Amino acid sequence: MSNHGSEYQELPVESYTSGESKTKVLNKNKVRRARAIGVILLILAGVVMFILAPAAEGNATFGLSFPDDRFQLDALSVPSTGSLYILALVLGFLGGTQFLKGFQSKSTMILGISFALFVVAVMIWATAGQEFSLISMLVSTIARCTPIALGALSGILCERAGVVNIGIEGMLLGGAFTGVVMGSLVGGWVGLISATIVGGMLALLLAFLAINFRVDQIIIGVVINILVLGLTSFLTAQVLVKRPEWNDAPIFPAIKIPILGDIPILGPMFFDQTILVYGMFGLVVFTTYMLFRSRWGLRTRSVGENPKAADSLGISVAKTRYLAVIYGGMVGGFAGAWFTLGTVGRFDEGMTGGRGFIGLAAMIFGAWNPIGAFGAALIFGFSDSLQQKLALINTPIPTEFLSMTPYLVTIIVVAGLVGRARPPAADGQPFEKQ
Amino acid sequence: MELELRGITKRFPGVLANDDVSLTARSGKVLALIGENGAGKSTLMNILSGIYRPDSGEIIIDGKLQHFADPGDAIKAGIGMVHQHFMLVPVFTVAENVVLGVEPTFAGNILNRKKANKEVEEISRKYGLAVDPKALIENLPVGLQQRVEIIKVLLRGAKILVFDEPTAVLTPQEVTEFFGIVEELKSRGSTIIFITHKLKEALAIADDITVLRGGKVVGNADPKTATQEELASMMVGRDIDLTVKKTKANPGEVVLDMAGVSVMDDYGRPILDSIDMQVRSGEIVGVAGIQGNGQTELVEVITGLIPLASGAIRLKGQDMAGSSPRDIHKDGVAHVPEDRNHMGMIGSFTLAENLVLDSYYEKPFSKGIRMQRQAIDEAARVLVKDYDVRPPHIENTGGALSGGNAQKMIVAREFSRDVPLVLCAQPTRGIDVGSIEYIHEQIVRKRDEGVAILVVSTELDEIFALADRILVMFDGRIVAELNTSETSPTEVGLYMAGQAA
Repeated sequence: MSNHGSEYQELPVESYTSGESKTKVLNKNKVRRARAIGVILLILAGVVMFILAPAAEGNATFGLSFPDDRFQLDALSVPSTGSLYILALVLGFLGGTQFLKGFQSKSTMILGISFALFVVAVMIWATAGQEFSLISMLVSTIARCTPIALGALSGILCERAGVVNIGIEGMLLGGAFTGVVMGSLVGGWVGLISATIVGGMLALLLAFLAINFRVDQIIIGVVINILVLGLTSFLTAQVLVKRPEWNDAPIFPAIKIPILGDIPILGPMFFDQTILVYGMFGLVVFTTYMLFRSRWGLRTRSVGENPKAADSLGISVAKTRYLAVIYGGMVGGFAGAWFTLGTVGRFDEGMTGGRGFIGLAAMIFGAWNPIGAFGAALIFGFSDSLQQKLALINTPIPTEFLSMTPYLVTIIVVAGLVGRARPPAADGQPFEKQ
Repeated sequence: MELELRGITKRFPGVLANDDVSLTARSGKVLALIGENGAGKSTLMNILSGIYRPDSGEIIIDGKLQHFADPGDAIKAGIGMVHQHFMLVPVFTVAENVVLGVEPTFAGNILNRKKANKEVEEISRKYGLAVDPKALIENLPVGLQQRVEIIKVLLRGAKILVFDEPTAVLTPQEVTEFFGIVEELKSRGSTIIFITHKLKEALAIADDITVLRGGKVVGNADPKTATQEELASMMVGRDIDLTVKKTKANPGEVVLDMAGVSVMDDYGRPILDSIDMQVRSGEIVGVAGIQGNGQTELVEVITGLIPLASGAIRLKGQDMAGSSPRDIHKDGVAHVPEDRNHMGMIGSFTLAENLVLDSYYEKPFSKGIRMQRQAIDEAARVLVKDYDVRPPHIENTGGALSGGNAQKMIVAREFSRDVPLVLCAQPTRGIDVGSIEYIHEQIVRKRDEGVAILVVSTELDEIFALADRILVMFDGRIVAELNTSETSPTEVGLYMAGQAA
């Protein structure tokens, strides 16, 4: 109170009428925020100008087509030093303008654009003198955003109905494990379906404890995560090691959609992917439509916002929550199958690597809306895929730092956004019928 | 439709909530059901809406015996509840709220929004309840939200409408509008049950009045002839004087002086916007306003519970900015908080412990790290007796007290200290008439001792009964300063709604 308040006390507060004062106080906060953004942009410009640009040599070449694509695009080759200086100047201009005048309502957008430019600068610097397949990075962005977007969708379904689900990580891991074992024993499709069922069963546990026994939902989520991590690690060590044939599932192949799949860049990204990626697109669109346009969605959201009101109108809060949570869990299990059946065909301990938690961040970033969460997942998928591809070419950044990228991005995004988006009003609150 | 209750009895462990209650709500008439908290109004209402089943007794609608297994049965029988705390989803539109549970759909599950909007519009037109079906509830004023609740029950075919304390959250203008709606519903043949503790309103709108006390019907009254005093005496069971006796105020030096005080919420928006005000010793300043216009924050910033963003607060000329809540409290601000159960006391502590919550660390209640039980108990016994806290057992827990007695205990703790400023936030919210009378007397007594008093209340009657000067808050600002003797509830009501500013 003291430090904060005292610097304002000299202000001639009595001199203006209260009608004006509201805007003045608001402006003060806005100016401070604009300045802060300006400083960040200037620092980024400085990094590009004084650290990246002098270190870059030769041309950076970005591949835009796969060798066997029908329509070949020429690789994009840019002189690294020159383009870095140009980027530094653009960043410096944006930062300077922001600092001095501010972009007003557009400053958030300017911040986003500047970060994108900075990422481009890092990519040019890292690939200077080498060739980097941009297209394969973009394709893997979509693939890697899949479990994150689905994880976020799982969270959205539960939380829109008023049940906090931080057990997404466990649901992913359970799905991944079940998927590989059933996939190895019976086949890919059975693996996928079993993974979905296991996700649903874990959600049933969450729903049962949260709705019937009103156990703290954060604790249930933690329990699910630890339970699944322990169980899958134990089974991997005790069973899968002895029977490697149970840990060798077929991988779903990429299915190319005729015509659309031949569009340069977009084709490989969106129309030449596995069934899991298509499933993600389908689920995101379907769930968004159902949540906001159907009776089921209206009732689901009503129990997440004001369960008492829903109850007084004869809607069963418990039943509605059960349905949404189980649906969410099944989406989580489906997402888990991506780790095994969608990529490598084998299970490793803890292989989800916190993607469930990143999904939670995407859910918040996307303001509990599936489309928004998909957008957020794209950012995380991009950073995930960028670090992996950069690790392949010989860049100056140590791989340990590279592999931190997705988590760093999560921290920055969540720190910048938590508290702004509004969660469902009854999120995490048990409902007790009178 | 005519509703008759015959011999309704409902027992909870240790309590006889309804004891042989019989009453009749005549078709097309308004029945006011009045009684203190704990008189059994809520239980009766829950029985009517199918939430509880009576142990014995009959519910008869138009001569037919009814059995309600759940709220759905009550709705089907034509009973519609308008709850005190609106059962609305703030982020949904009016139409979405109205049709929730009975949604018109295509293909079994896809919402037919057009039809939903049309259904709302039809009822709006028929009953004169104008409201935009596409508006979001959170953007509507409380009066309109109440209309949405009424449309909700009408859409479900309710013929008997039960209103639970419907005017508690309304401005005086909205109350007038609400009475207009009630007349309209009446003229269309609806039967209205109006549950309230506001006697003036019961007399103004009702055709019949039934009074409950201690779970029993203690009598019926004719609104044409009954007076507020008579009704209050029936409710309480003894003679009640509703007017607060006080002499003209004799204001002295400035005790509390606030200049340009602003407070921000988490999003950097002002909740208190450049507040300038003074409270002098020996006067009662009343802060009127609809709940949520910054009154809570006003009290919290004075007591140091939330930080101020700008401005200055001086207590007897001394700057209080940056002082801890304990220092502010100790140096001279007694605080009767608005939320008695969460801020005023600790329910699981004894009366003795609750009575030293603000001074347990001082002599004679503590010596070093040891608390002095005997000194605490002695002081508590005196306070409980002086302030008429019943039952006067200091070893009972605070949570076991009735609302009125819990409030008396808090008043005892705060008023027994020798301080220059007393803040009372909603000092009589939800307590019985007897305790209200007592607490009002205590506040006036404190004023006459030369203490500066700030009373924050959403009840205009209370403001007019107590205050020497009235400040009206709207949207985080003080929009009017009025002399009680020169203003009227109507004028204050206009300021409260932000219309006259």
